[in-house]
Amino acid sequence: MAENERYIIEAVELRKEFGGITAVDGLSFHLVPGECLGLLGPNGAGKTSTIRMVYGFSPLTSGSMKVFGLDINARPREIKARIGVCQQDNNLDPDLSVLKNLEVFGGYFNIIRRETLDRAHQLLRFMALENRKDDKVTSLSGGMMRRLVLARALINNPELLILDEPTTGLDPQARHQVWERLEMLRANGLSILLTTHYMDEASRLCDRLIIMDHGGILVEGQPADLIHNHAGDHVIEIVNPGRDVAEFVAEHDFVHDSLDHRMIIYGKEADKLFEVIGDRFCDETCIKRLATLEDVFLRLTGRELRE
Amino acid sequence: MIRALGAWNLSWRFIRIWNRNVLVYRKIWLVNFLVPLLEPVLYLAAFGVGLSALIGKVPYDGEDLPYIAFIAPALLAVTMMYNSFFENTFASFVRMYYQKTFDAMMATPLSLDDIIAGEIVWGATKSAIASAIVLGVISAFGLAHYPEALLILPLSFLGGLAFGTAGMICTGLVPSIDMFNLPIFLFITPMFLFGGTFFPISALPDWAQKLSLGLPLTHLVNLCRAFCLGRMSKDLIWNAVYLAVFFVALFPVALNVMRRRLIH
Repeated sequence: MAENERYIIEAVELRKEFGGITAVDGLSFHLVPGECLGLLGPNGAGKTSTIRMVYGFSPLTSGSMKVFGLDINARPREIKARIGVCQQDNNLDPDLSVLKNLEVFGGYFNIIRRETLDRAHQLLRFMALENRKDDKVTSLSGGMMRRLVLARALINNPELLILDEPTTGLDPQARHQVWERLEMLRANGLSILLTTHYMDEASRLCDRLIIMDHGGILVEGQPADLIHNHAGDHVIEIVNPGRDVAEFVAEHDFVHDSLDHRMIIYGKEADKLFEVIGDRFCDETCIKRLATLEDVFLRLTGRELRE
Repeated sequence: MIRALGAWNLSWRFIRIWNRNVLVYRKIWLVNFLVPLLEPVLYLAAFGVGLSALIGKVPYDGEDLPYIAFIAPALLAVTMMYNSFFENTFASFVRMYYQKTFDAMMATPLSLDDIIAGEIVWGATKSAIASAIVLGVISAFGLAHYPEALLILPLSFLGGLAFGTAGMICTGLVPSIDMFNLPIFLFITPMFLFGGTFFPISALPDWAQKLSLGLPLTHLVNLCRAFCLGRMSKDLIWNAVYLAVFFVALFPVALNVMRRRLIH
């Protein structure tokens, strides 16, 4: 890798406007080689718009985007040749068999046919789809289709893998199948940019996260740090909290969220007062647990519905 | 429009999209061959044999032609029009809208311009394959004069490019697949009926003749008829020029409407 390729992706002041809305609003971020960076955010936060600009699908309204040190506006073909993309839809080619999907897709990259075929067989093995290679893609289950989309994104041996909600709509078994493979790819040093709104996915796969909303960055950091800084270490959830709890929490200035029938209190490690809450106010409806990324996410992006 | 002309992003890679479509076409080649093989037989039987008895001769180029010899070349022109126009409307729309095939392609080194060019060239290829089969049938009926009739093959490609491009513009504009009925009703069907296909346009009133000459099928029919009957003349070049200009002028429009539709 060349000296100037300190960053796989370098986005500066990215803006995207269309149809009268601002989808991405002055976003700057980078991705270093070998890193898995996750973009988290509620629906409409601008995740997909952002990654579409990375792989040259959407033109930038303003700002600059460099991938592999190259300007996406000037050299989209070169950049796209080195990227693998898993779009949100399973847009496999329904007119072609499983193997032909990979073979034809390799052709779009101008890869020699024999090389494509070798790689296709290798990828089908990796994705446990070898015995389905001659089947129609429409006969595959959701999880298999997703793995095939992933295989297809790897056909050009990419240096950067872009995943737009890779496991949305999959059952738990299928999700874990996909995650295991992504972890293997990550272990091999592949750089990955992914969007998700599954917190477990983000904390399992990503080295670093950007939580975004309304087209901008809310917070950025490693999953554990984000949890520690924004939700503490321990959480107590009290259902239908009494007046006494509320007063105690207010008095000692605890970080907390008061919902209609539930109070969520966040505490640091080894916080004596926090333990007092547990001892004094908790009955069997009370939940004590570790803080998660989901707490961070909800605290930062709010709890109202996004459609 | 002007921006579109200034910012072409077209490469020879369009051949990859063409390749993909050929592969899919070959899978059901028998079905694909059957229609152009049997349809002209039906037309020739109904119009040629059935109607011929009532109509008798048709004046053409200072001579009276048997009706079947008059309409056989028109069937070729109609085949070219239908195959390319329908491929680049319904079939391209399905790939673009329902199968999201174009979206997947755009994540590879292919550009949207490559994709649209590949689709149109494929539509023209399909037109050429179907025309070759229809020409075979017509020849079997003794209605094609060789070697002139061989010019039908390059012509079918040119005609396919012209009508495919027109179809692609519709694909870029229609909100839903049902809306294709509109350009078919307003553009394709009038040409099918009044483009010098089933009767000479000289039978039309003066204003309608002029209108007919503005439509691409009229020129395609003229060329097919001349090639099938072996009546070559210098004037034919203008028919070919019309089709070429039609294609060259509309191709950037097709790219532009598709960019507007798909690139956000």
